[in-house]
Amino acid sequence: MRITFTANGKPVEADDVWEGESLLYVLRERVGLPGSKNACEQGECGSCTVYLDGTPVCSCLVAAGQVQDREVRTVEGLAEENGELGLVQQAFVDAGAVQCGFCTPGLLVQTDALLEKDDQPSDNDIREALSGNLCRCTGYEKIMDAVRLASARKCAGKGHGE
Amino acid sequence: MSTRTIAGQKNLQNINQASADGIGGSPLRPDGTLKVKGEFAYSSDMWHEDMLWGMALRSPHPRANILSVDISEALKLPGVYAVLTHQDIPGSKFYGLEIKDQPALAIDKVRYHGEPIALVAADHPETARRAVKKIKVEYEVLTPIVTEEQCLDPETHGYVHEPHEFKSHGYGNICHEQKLVSGLGVTDEVRALADVIVTGEYEVGMQDQAFLGPESGLAVPAEDGGIDLYIATQWLHVDREQMAPVLGLPEEKVRLTLAGVGGAFGGREDISMQIHACLLAQHTGKPVKIVYARDESFFGHVHRHPAKMRYEHGATRDGKLVFADCRIVLDGGAYASASPAVVGNAASLGHGPYVIPNVKMHAIALYSNNPSCGAMRGFGAVQAAFGYESQMDKLAAELGMDPVELRQLNAMAEGDHMPTGQRIDSPAPVAELLQRVKDMPLPPPLDLENLDIRAVPGALSNTSHGEGIVRGVGYSVGIKNVGFSEGFDDYSTARVRLEVIGGEPVAMVHTAMAEVGQGGVTVHAQIARTELGVEQVTIHPANTEVGSAGSTSASRQTYMTGGAVKLAAEAVKLALITKGRRRYGWTQNDIDLVGGKVVSEADGVLVAMVDLLGDEAIDLTREHHHRPTQPFDKETGQGFGHVQYTFCANRAVVDVDVELGLVKVVELTAVQDVGKALNPLSVVGQIQGGCTQALGLAVMEEIIVKDGKVRNASFTDYLIPTILDTPPIPVEILELPDPNAPYGLRGVGEAPTVSATPSIVAAIRQATGIALNRIPVRPEHLTGTL
Repeated sequence: MRITFTANGKPVEADDVWEGESLLYVLRERVGLPGSKNACEQGECGSCTVYLDGTPVCSCLVAAGQVQDREVRTVEGLAEENGELGLVQQAFVDAGAVQCGFCTPGLLVQTDALLEKDDQPSDNDIREALSGNLCRCTGYEKIMDAVRLASARKCAGKGHGE
Repeated sequence: MSTRTIAGQKNLQNINQASADGIGGSPLRPDGTLKVKGEFAYSSDMWHEDMLWGMALRSPHPRANILSVDISEALKLPGVYAVLTHQDIPGSKFYGLEIKDQPALAIDKVRYHGEPIALVAADHPETARRAVKKIKVEYEVLTPIVTEEQCLDPETHGYVHEPHEFKSHGYGNICHEQKLVSGLGVTDEVRALADVIVTGEYEVGMQDQAFLGPESGLAVPAEDGGIDLYIATQWLHVDREQMAPVLGLPEEKVRLTLAGVGGAFGGREDISMQIHACLLAQHTGKPVKIVYARDESFFGHVHRHPAKMRYEHGATRDGKLVFADCRIVLDGGAYASASPAVVGNAASLGHGPYVIPNVKMHAIALYSNNPSCGAMRGFGAVQAAFGYESQMDKLAAELGMDPVELRQLNAMAEGDHMPTGQRIDSPAPVAELLQRVKDMPLPPPLDLENLDIRAVPGALSNTSHGEGIVRGVGYSVGIKNVGFSEGFDDYSTARVRLEVIGGEPVAMVHTAMAEVGQGGVTVHAQIARTELGVEQVTIHPANTEVGSAGSTSASRQTYMTGGAVKLAAEAVKLALITKGRRRYGWTQNDIDLVGGKVVSEADGVLVAMVDLLGDEAIDLTREHHHRPTQPFDKETGQGFGHVQYTFCANRAVVDVDVELGLVKVVELTAVQDVGKALNPLSVVGQIQGGCTQALGLAVMEEIIVKDGKVRNASFTDYLIPTILDTPPIPVEILELPDPNAPYGLRGVGEAPTVSATPSIVAAIRQATGIALNRIPVRPEHLTGTL
């Protein structure tokens, strides 16, 4: 089948898509957006998290046909328009929250979504929001630091931080 | 134009300031930006026009004879390009890290659940999956040999490998064994010297590395008949060494380039899909990509050895250890992998960081029809630490002593001897680490008045509102060796090139080191900056065009490859200064490279590096070998076996819901001696990550194997800690330099995984009063409903 959708603001189409393919497979193998990662492919690890019409989802659990005419935003779409790192991306780099980095794209999307909803989450809020994203390298401490840093910068940017 | 300065001009103040991006600083990862943009190419992201997808058929039985394999139906499926069995292998059919006992594809029999039997290459992963299902295999299913008793009685239960196979390395179903005796050993006379004796039997379940990036890579056939493989691995050269004979190619025609690695933790030390992808590429003449699904990853790599241990410790009434007697049985599964070295570690480190006058040890690894086990972070020291640290707590309770004081009373220090007879010739601050971890502030008690449900055991499941929750605190300390041991000539190679690019001096570092997430690439750049006094450093992609870097394991890469980068950079620096001496006739003895300039303490800036270098590049390669070690004597375990030792102490605070058997680790504190922190940010990250894997082993992680069959090969059923399961991990580091190591550093990555598990179990025991002798601790162990 042919599917057409929007990925990071640009229209894309994929031909000869087999009905059983996931959105993750289409993004990674057909439309050249391999940033979303394939760690468990059954919705347990969160590495493949993308926005679908503004809601974070595990793209491995979305059938390709379900995204027809919809909007997908992946980790590749989190950077600023001028190519600079987005706020959450920069915070992860600065806090040392990236080690092997395989979980990072999913964590970035989920963190971005969390801070969209609540720009000053408590530690328990952060842990709850990110509990669907496994990381095997960092012990999560530096991920907590990164989210706190992103939150502080976001609030400062809005003028109700420092 | 030369920028030689007037003699006596002392303008070194600015350029002498150590670069914040040199060693001891925490510059950011060079690959970090790519990784957060989603642009970093991991092995599963490899892509080639016209590529095929490879997939393996795996055995559903742990032990069976293969009567026939029929590939005809699979071959007929449109889109299928090749179906291969062992008969299609052009070269040697066996490979292995230490013993070449593993067939690349099963021959006549299968020895574990998930053993690969045949391979398919197809134009779509789904086509490959369907083709795999069409391969017909006729089995004669045999009763698997899975328990210690069965393994040790091969006359009754059979052999995993025929007795004549691999005889030089073991016998029967014993893959490897190591004994150790020191002092008077453990006899009735020695036992009589102790006022108190405690014994315990302990069990460790099978843990998985569970790296997130699945085994994957792309094999591309080359015009010269060779093959290029883009691969996630821990050691490019040892992969090639094992692959080339199977592929029937000389090593130089098997070229490996490291693709992005999504974690490793020991699980990528062995070959997984490397040979399979190359065989399929050879047969089809097309690029072949293999990407394991998570279940295949659980089948496709070796795990941490499950262990059964028996410990007996004797002490005087005032707490001085008199003797320790220990037996450690590791289940190595169907193939040897790294089992011999794991046994050596368990035996030589199995008594912990304590001075014990009389010691006896017997460690063995079995061949069985369980999944193969090999390297995982902590490598034999993890299992033993659970045993000896549990014993320390038991002994302290028996003596009515504080468990930390008992440990400190017996703690080894610099100048003491290991049970192997090896003198500890660098700092061993075991008692100090314990003191520091004990002195760190405790977390506040659970606030029942203002309870956030997410802070209690069971977290989001709304299981409790604080009732039935008891807090406990536990301590532990562990010992781990760094680097490869027992006489192995471990080395690493680095190439450093210095040249002028865009008017700036730029250093390039080229090694074959596998960056698996640990941050070696950051540290290499820091070393080059420090030694060469430049800011710009580029890291060349790791590949087999440069000499071996050895494995990214055994906490050895900063020591070994970092050491090689230091040697190569020093050689480049010497060459540059020599060039300057020839050109300008410098006679000073204090010439150094700082801030892009050649300087002398006495005379200030002598020349800018760019002017001295001109168009010339200095490009030098050096090898770093650590000091030689010796094999352990097979019967007595004596020998200078290890390069370096590293120590970590932990304190765990847990809340236990005693009614539901749920545990929440509230805080896990670590204090570790790292010799010299080359990059403190990375060091802390490694320690926190290591502690979290230890937490997983303590309370949740286990591959369930029943009658040889794996029951939980998924992230749904094999649980690793989430951010909700993982507490704050305060870390303190000590920097007591090892005089034998580059910059005085100590390997970092494994020690916390060795030491942290027992502290958590100790804390649960303290909270519940239940004697726990098996990990992971499960709710049923705590509720008595087992």
